[in-house]
Amino acid sequence: MNNNNLLKKGRRMGDLKYMILSVISVLTFLLIWQLLVIFGVLSTRTIAAPTQVLVTFFEKFYSTAPDGATIFTNIAVSLKVSLTGFFSAIIIGTPLGMLMGWYKPLDRFIRPLFEIIRPIPPIAWIPLTILWVGIGLGAKAMIIFFSAFVPCVINSYTGIKLTSQVHVSVAKTFGASNFKIFRTVGVPSSMPMAFAGIRIALGNSWGTLVAAELLAANAGLGYMIMMGRQFVRPDVIILGMLTIGILGFIFTWIFTKIENVVVRWRTL
Amino acid sequence: MSMEQKAGTRLIVKDVSKTFYQKKIEPHHVVDKVSLEVKDNEFLVLLGPGHCGKTVLLNIVSGLMPPDEGSVYLDGEKITKPNPKIGMVFQKLGLMPWKTVIENVEIGPKLSGINVKTRRERAEYFIDLVGLKGFENSYPHQLSGGMKQRVGIARAYTNDPEILIMDEPFGQLDAQTRYNMQNEISRISEHEKRTIIFVTNNIEEALYLGDRIILFTECPARVKEIYDIDLKRPRDMIDPEFLRLRKMISNNTDLAL
Repeated sequence: MNNNNLLKKGRRMGDLKYMILSVISVLTFLLIWQLLVIFGVLSTRTIAAPTQVLVTFFEKFYSTAPDGATIFTNIAVSLKVSLTGFFSAIIIGTPLGMLMGWYKPLDRFIRPLFEIIRPIPPIAWIPLTILWVGIGLGAKAMIIFFSAFVPCVINSYTGIKLTSQVHVSVAKTFGASNFKIFRTVGVPSSMPMAFAGIRIALGNSWGTLVAAELLAANAGLGYMIMMGRQFVRPDVIILGMLTIGILGFIFTWIFTKIENVVVRWRTL
Repeated sequence: MSMEQKAGTRLIVKDVSKTFYQKKIEPHHVVDKVSLEVKDNEFLVLLGPGHCGKTVLLNIVSGLMPPDEGSVYLDGEKITKPNPKIGMVFQKLGLMPWKTVIENVEIGPKLSGINVKTRRERAEYFIDLVGLKGFENSYPHQLSGGMKQRVGIARAYTNDPEILIMDEPFGQLDAQTRYNMQNEISRISEHEKRTIIFVTNNIEEALYLGDRIILFTECPARVKEIYDIDLKRPRDMIDPEFLRLRKMISNNTDLAL
């Protein structure tokens, strides 16, 4: 018991040591960056000092310059766009992939269309979607949908294809119908793969968001970055980039938590 | 379609054959005109060398696979699809890793729409009978090989089948666990009387458990000999009569590669 506590303590000390190391790494980087700007090695026209970015961050709480919206409005707009596209991709893509993997006629019917659409980069859809639905929420959500839809379908399709034949036989000997076997055996056993797909979709949708907003938007984080360039405000650009990075990190973290609950049997 | 049958016979396998055809490979003839009868409440052992035909025969009997020729009749009715009256314990277990022990055990009644309370009670009874009380909420990968197979047995029993097929259930266990499980299955089957068809390639296991042993040939599987085993239970593996029967069957068995 005592020994165990000591071990735990030792591990915590180790953790702390590595954490300090990581913090030092980030601080050193910021410090060098700051000094380079202060001593004029880097021009403030092309890059902003870390402190300047921090100041701009607080300014953007209420200031709408230069892009016409506060940081919260921009975040809200971007979140709305990416989550709309992302969730519609999950809701449509995951069940579709599972059904295609289970029912051969459906597979043969949809797959040719899917294979044609699959290699088209999501960004290539931008001009067409602008023609269809303008540059509003719908257009960007649609572009994000295309980027997230493909991994959702492919992974849940592959996952259900890998359903163990023995599990299927077990359910059959209990007299279960094909649809019941699909529901009770196929779907749960494909969950880990489906989640891996959703994880890819999450990354894709966040990445495509910026691209969509760079080209067609009037608010949002991507739009803010673009305006930062037009008005030569590197601090705004860097602030936008960091916000996108941090939000992406938070999403992945939330998603991992959800995944651990849903496919708990996998990680136990 | 129905068929005449003698009193006390539950299941009839009549002239069943099965061949697998694959591109570029010689047709694989695995079951050849097998006929046999299974009596009510008997412990029938299908004994055969190697890995040929027996599992396929069981899949045909349980309705998972259609035969090329011949038919299987349960109480005079031809079997064309899986029937809840026939339960199966699989060699490869087939426990669902996302379900706990009790969820695995109750899956049969759950799939046939029996309410939670009834199926939980039944599942708990059989979990207790196979000696897994206290492990209801464990996941399969937290259990040892022998315990997993107990879950498989409890699962088959919980669906209340009249005929229970066990396909080399102990094939992947180590020797010690295997002896242990042979005792257990003997105890469980005395306690919950069912008609059992038990497949093995182990002569001792066959003699230890069977009321009757049907010996099969090596590929394709054909009925070679039928033995009635009149040894009293519980059986003793070093009893002279046991050893005599063992030798007799052993001498009559095709060597597997």
